[in-house]
This record gives sequence, C-alpha cells and structure tokens, in this order.
Amino acid sequence: MEKILDIKDLHVSFTTYGGEVQAVRGVNLDLHKGETLAIVGESGCGKSVTANSIMKLIPSPPGKITQGSIHFKDQDLTKMSNKDIRKIRGVDISMIFQDPMTALNPTLTVGDQLTEGLKQHKKISSHDANEQAIEMLNLVGIPNPKERMKQHPHQFSGGMRQRIVIAMALICEPELLIADEPTTALDVTIQAQILQLFNKIQEQTGVSIILITHDLGVVAKIADRIAVMYAGKVIEVGTRREIFYNPQHPYTQGLLNSVPRLDQRGDELIPINGTPPDLFSPPKGCPFTARCPKAMEVCENVYPVHTKLSETQEVDCWLQDERAKKYIAT
Amino acid sequence: MLTETKETKDQHTPSTSSEIPDEWFKPKEKDAEGAETVVRPSLSYWQDAWRRLRGNTLAMAGLVFLILLGLMAIFGPIFSPYTVSQGNLPEQNLPPSADHWFGTDNLGRDVFTRTWYGARISLFVGLMAAIIDFFIGVTYGGIAGYKGGRTDNVMMRIIEILYGLPYLLVVILLLVVLGPSLFTIIVALTVTGWVGMARIVRGQVLQIKQNEFVLASQSFGTKTSRIIRKNLLPNTMGPIIVQMTLTVPTAIFAEAFLSFLGLGIQSPFASWGVMANDALGVILSGDWWRLFFPAFFISATMFAFNVLGDGLQDALDPKLRR
Amino acid sequence: MIKYIVKRFFLMILTIFIIATLTFFLMNAIPGSPFNEEKTSNAVVQENLEKHFNLDKPLPVQYVLYLKSIVTFDFGPSIKQPTETVNSLLGRGFPISAELGIWTILVALISGITLGVVAALRHNKLIDYTAMTIAVLGISIPNFVLATLVIQVIAVDLKLLPAATWNSPQHMILPIIALATGPMAIIARLTRSSMLETLTQDYIKTARAKGLSPFKIVVKHALRNALMPVVTILGTLLAGILTGTFVIEKIFAIPGMGKYFVQGINQRDYPVIMGTTVFYSTFLVLMLFLVDIMYGVLDPRIKLHKKGGE
Repeated sequence: MEKILDIKDLHVSFTTYGGEVQAVRGVNLDLHKGETLAIVGESGCGKSVTANSIMKLIPSPPGKITQGSIHFKDQDLTKMSNKDIRKIRGVDISMIFQDPMTALNPTLTVGDQLTEGLKQHKKISSHDANEQAIEMLNLVGIPNPKERMKQHPHQFSGGMRQRIVIAMALICEPELLIADEPTTALDVTIQAQILQLFNKIQEQTGVSIILITHDLGVVAKIADRIAVMYAGKVIEVGTRREIFYNPQHPYTQGLLNSVPRLDQRGDELIPINGTPPDLFSPPKGCPFTARCPKAMEVCENVYPVHTKLSETQEVDCWLQDERAKKYIAT
Repeated sequence: MLTETKETKDQHTPSTSSEIPDEWFKPKEKDAEGAETVVRPSLSYWQDAWRRLRGNTLAMAGLVFLILLGLMAIFGPIFSPYTVSQGNLPEQNLPPSADHWFGTDNLGRDVFTRTWYGARISLFVGLMAAIIDFFIGVTYGGIAGYKGGRTDNVMMRIIEILYGLPYLLVVILLLVVLGPSLFTIIVALTVTGWVGMARIVRGQVLQIKQNEFVLASQSFGTKTSRIIRKNLLPNTMGPIIVQMTLTVPTAIFAEAFLSFLGLGIQSPFASWGVMANDALGVILSGDWWRLFFPAFFISATMFAFNVLGDGLQDALDPKLRR
Repeated sequence: MIKYIVKRFFLMILTIFIIATLTFFLMNAIPGSPFNEEKTSNAVVQENLEKHFNLDKPLPVQYVLYLKSIVTFDFGPSIKQPTETVNSLLGRGFPISAELGIWTILVALISGITLGVVAALRHNKLIDYTAMTIAVLGISIPNFVLATLVIQVIAVDLKLLPAATWNSPQHMILPIIALATGPMAIIARLTRSSMLETLTQDYIKTARAKGLSPFKIVVKHALRNALMPVVTILGTLLAGILTGTFVIEKIFAIPGMGKYFVQGINQRDYPVIMGTTVFYSTFLVLMLFLVDIMYGVLDPRIKLHKKGGE
C-alpha cells in the first residue's frame, strides 16, 4: 500500500526556564493510505508533540524541531515555509483536538467555523460552502444541520461538539486526519459513538488516521497498527494483533496489564510503579530501566538496539538480544 | 540556538552492541526505591516565590527603591537644617544648590525637606489605605465566600452597588463634607476602596472551600473562625498581597489628585500632590525644580509599586506566569 | 437576556437613588451648607435656594421634593453665581467635556489595543518588553504630571502646539494625550495578557490547523475573545477618564464641566457640587449599564448562562 507519511529520526525540544526539554528524541513512524495508526503512551511521553510536529503546530518558541524529517507524500514538511504549510493544513492534513468544549470558538457560529476552512483554501461561493457544511454535518450525524449552522458552540452538547469538530476537520477532504485524544473528554457512551463515527468516515472517505491516545480501549476498537511511545521514543510498534497478543517490550506489557480486560476475567490489574524520567536530562540507556521489572545492567547504560521481529512488529529492547535470552533461559 | 548533543558517554560505555560485556545482560537486583527517585529539591511555596521574585530585575529595583524611599521618609528630614513649613522669603524660588539640594519654593521653603515630608504623607496614606482595605476586605470577603448561600448573595448585592458608585466622586463628596485632613482622606479612600479586596478574597475562598483539607477540618467540627484563619487565609495570601501592593499606588494617586482639587492635605504641610499643585504655575516662570521633584517622586513611587505588584503576581501565582 | 437587562436596569436606578440620597443627607450634615439656613449675602441667591430646595418645609418633604427635582433633571441654582443655574453650567460644560472624553476613550482604545496585541504577538521579544515598560510607566505617571510635562516640552519648549484652552483641533491634542495615556496603558496590559491567554486556547490551535493565515486567526478568532475583559473594564476606565477631566480641564484651562465642578468645590458652591455629582454619577452608571449590555451582545454565551443561571 502507498505510504503517505514517513517520519524519520524526529527530535523536538522545548526551551524552558529550567533548561531544554527533549520531548521527542528520535521518533520513526510511517503511515499507509487508509490506515489507522494509534500512538499510545502516558501523558508527557511525547505523543502529542509528535502529532503537533507533523503540521508544525508546536508553539515556537519555545518548541523546535531540531532534527529529522517528516515526509508527507513526497514533501518534507519540516523544511516547508510557514506559508506553504498553511496550504497543507486543513486541506491535506487535518487535526482534531482533545477537548471539544474548547476546540470551538465560543463567539462564532458553528456554520462560520465550518465553512471558513473551505473558503480559505478552495475558490467557493458562500452558498456552496454552506451546502457542503450542511452535508458534512449530516455525515457526522447532527440532526437539523441547517438550523444548527446558525447556532453557537455553547448550544451543543460535548458529543455533538466533537462531531462538529470532526466535520470541520473533514470538510476539505484531507488525506490524513490526526486526532489527539479525541474521546478523552467525553462520556463513555459518547466515546463509543465517536469511535464508530471514525470507522464510518474512514470507510466512506478512505482517510488515513493517526490517533493519539492513552486509552487502550479506544485503540483496540479502531487501530490497525499501534506505536507505543515512552519518554520521547517509540519503543514498540506493531499491528493491533501483535501489540495486544504478543507485546515484547516490558512497558507495553505493563500498559496492557494495567488495563482491565473483559477477555481475561479474574486477572489482577498490575500497575506500573514509578514515574517516567525527567526529560530535562534523559537517561542515556533505556528510559524505562528504572521501572522495568526485567531490567539489566546494559539497559541503564546503552540504548537498546532496534529489533525487527516481523514485517510489521519492531521493538527497542535489550531482552531481544541473544545474550539476554541466554541468561533468562538459565 | 545550538542544541547540545547528548553524547556524553562514559569511557566504559561500549559504542557498538557487540562490545557490551555479557554479564551486563544479567537481570538486575531491584532496589526498592529505584523507581521513585526525585531529582530536583523541593522548595516551599514562599521560598519558591522569593526565588522567582529575585529573578525579576524590575520588581527588585522597585523594592529597593521603595525601601530607600521609606528610609528617606523616616530619616531624611532629620538631616535637613530646614523645616517643612518654615519659609524664608528672601530665598524664594532658588534653583537647586549646595544649600538647597532640590531648590526652594515660592515661600522660600526647602523642597528637599518638603519632598521627604511629602513621602511620609504619601506612603502613610497609601499604606494605611492598603491595610484598612485588607482588614475590611478580608473580613467581608472571607465571610461572604465562606458562608455562601443567602448571606453571600446579600453581601454580594451590597458590593455590586458599592462597586457601581464612582470611587473618586464619592471620595470627593465625603471630603467636601468631612473637610480635608490626613485622617478624613484615609477614611474617604477606604469607605469604598475595600470592595476590590473583598471580591478577590471571596473568589479565592469559594475556590479553596471546595478543597478536601477544608472539608476535613469541617468534619472534625472545627470552628468557622478558626477554619478561616488557619486554612483559608494562608492559601489566599498570594492574590491578597498583590492586591495590597496595587492599592498603595492607587491611594497615592488619589491623594495627589485630591490635592489638585484643593481637597488634599492642607498647607503648610506638604504632600507630593500639594507641592505639585502649588507649583503648577512654574511652567510659565521656569522654576522647574518645584514641579519636577514632587512629580518625579509620585511617578517613581507608583512605578515602583506597580512593578513590584506585577512581580509579586508572577512570583506568587506561577500558573498565571507569562 | 431580557431578564438580565431588567435586573441590571433596576440596579442602575438603585445606584443613582443611593447617590442622590447620599448627596442630599451629606450636604445637610455640613455646617454652613445652604440647607442649614445660613443667610447668603445675596438676596436673589437666597430666594432661589429656598425656592428650589424648599427650605421652609420639613426635611422629609425637602428630600422627596429634591428627588423629584432630580428626576426632572433640575439641579437648582448656583449660590456663588446668581445668574447661573447648575443646569446652565452643565449645558455649557458638558459638550466640551464630552468631546474631550470621547476623543480620549477612542485614542486610548485604539492605541491600547494595538499596543497590547503587538506585545502579545511578539511575546517575550524586545517589542513586548518595550511596550509593557511604556504601559507600566503610563499607569504610574499621574495624568496631571503628564499634562504639565507635555505642556512644558511640546508647548513651551518646542512650541509645537498651543498649551491651553479649547479653540481648535490643535488645542485638543495635548489634553487628549495627557488624559488618554493612563487608560491606554491599562488597556494595553489587559489586552496583552488576555490575548496571550486566548492564543493558547484550543480553538486557536483548531484555527491554525485549518490553515488560516495568522492575520485571520488574530483578527477573527483571537481578538474578539481577547477583548472581552477590555469591555468589562470600560466602565471603570470611563470613570477614571471622567474624574481625570477635572484636573486636565483645570490645567489646560478648558471650560468644561470638570472646571465648573472644581470651581464649585473650591468655592463650596454646594448646589453645584450636588448637581454635578448626581449628574456625573448618573452618567457613569448609565455607561456601566450600556457596557454590560454590550458585553452580553458580544458574548453569545451570556444569554444562555443568565437565563439558566440565578
């Protein structure tokens, strides 16, 4: 399948009062057409920063892409001027943010906010833009779209607002949709509806989706592939099946063990003790060492070698090394 | 900006995978606390605030200026051979000289001496206004916020009405009635001045009241006044201090303003406002020093309090840090 | 919304009533005020006074009749200038003061908002620090100091503009500068901090993600929201400008309402003080009321909030 996004060795830093925070430290990711990739990890692991970097939406200053490339189709987004990247934003790549309560401008009508992207990027009359917006609201399941267009965001419920946000993101028919924790702020029942909506939209439009989340339940429902991030690095990536049934990194295993699962009744929930490392001065070895139940001396000192386990599954962990396997066997 | 490359490996650290010694692959003995190492030392709220304030050059300059001004207000007149009200007519309107550092005014009074007397009055008015506002505002706002419900409703209605009254007009009206003096000026400034403080305190209290530690105290049957004193106040101090710092320049300005309307401190006593008002004619006569010194000190003092207040705001409320 | 306006309206009436009452009883409390049967030197004045304030009637009746005269906008005679009434002074002074005030608020708003927005967009850059230092200075330098400063430098030393009176547009520039700088500084600081906050909002990120131009993001999405706090302090600013006109009109010898008010204070012309105070207060409270309504119109959330709330 055609690769539409290819992130190579991405580094992002933030300059703060306390020093430089290396939020993303060499991330490699790719995405195919029509695929859903989930980026999973604890808060502060760099997943949102990675997502925001794609469209150069990290606040700069203090944020800065210090190294690496992001190829969207055949263009390197990191090298694009602000003016050029604006022609990509909303048209080729769209983004949805976490909290639908704050993602819409409270003082503008929903219709205005829906159509402004269209008007900006496509030569289109107000009337046509409105028609298209109404169509879009229909698609995302807003009843009475024509009347609703004239209303303000506060007149909608949280779930409805997230639908509007999704409609807004899709209105220019982008090829890639980045959703940053799109369901975190919603009630559980609404969450399910929104996830269903994502599935439906992908079927209808063939859009590729990057889903940022810390919620493995969400991932299980819609992701094709999963990338697990920790302390600014992708430590394991694989298909949904591989990650859920054959996780190799102790952190991935820990994540799965700390989530209640209906299919494994009776199993006790095992939390991951401790907190992620301070990214002001990231450890030179594997960042998970301090919390890892299977840590070895090597982990503390050298960052693990990247190991390809299958066509799709890759992991950064010393346990994959033959020498480690030898000790465990004995 | 140059990004520091983090290639600070030890000599022992092998650079390729194959150089790693085998025994490094033994499972590690877990030390119990390994996962929970805290790196940075934790500072108390006030230490942290002080550290941040010290880092703010402008605010510190303001603080130093105010300390010096306070010292001069107390000791300045002592070192001067002149008195505040005694004029010396042959020496009227002299420019600054070795005898009269800031010159003399139209009655031959020493501007240097009068400036520090003016500082006493201005600082006294400002500080008293801030302190009285503090007591009334904290009591009123604290009770309204803490009691909540109907009490709060009634108390807030009263505040709403007081807030609608034009502050300086009420002050002027009161002074017309009471007659201008140091005491009446402070009274007039505080009659409605505390409203801002009360609003802030109430808002803070409402917010903090919901916190668990207050609920915990309540559940132990602690008395209301004690809860306000022990739990609520320490946690609302930040915004209160900022508000007080910003009340002082408002009061200093108001006093000077009133002097301009002939409702300030009465001659022969000096306040900066009185001195500036007396000196208004100098624009035509060219005796600039008579206007310059009081005007400069009013502005500099207000500036110092404003930057200090801004600095305190940044230092005490890191969330709002810009 | 209607309920909100009605509530605000009654609050406004109540405030005006309180001020009028306060003024009446405070003036009655002063020894030597016209209410305490002090015979003024001028017989015409005395007659006018007694007629207007009904001094021959008992106090409660006086009070009621006084309230009535306020409702009919009749503020009575001046006791120092027998040929004048408070109304005639207001009629002459108000248009001039209003002209000064309107220009001042316009200048303060336009320059303050511009300064604040620029500072916010260049956050932590030199221009931000410069703008904010200017703003703190603007807040710290009292308007009467600034007034004398601009007269000295621009009018006397450089002879660029006239120093006093109110005869031509050139005469208006210096007083407007002196009066507008303070409010401008307050507006600039508020705009900056509120703009900075608005710029971190998610809907700004959404707008950026849509590929809108920075100009459009600032003007369409950020500015309107960022200016809400500015609208809320407009009332307070107006009060400041209004009281500021007292000293500015005095210093620049502008024959506005403030000049008559200050004159009234200095001469203890009590009916003038009373009348102007009540007039000023009514004007201000009315402005506060209008600002409140304006806020409701600008922020669509307030309608629902107020309807559902209470």
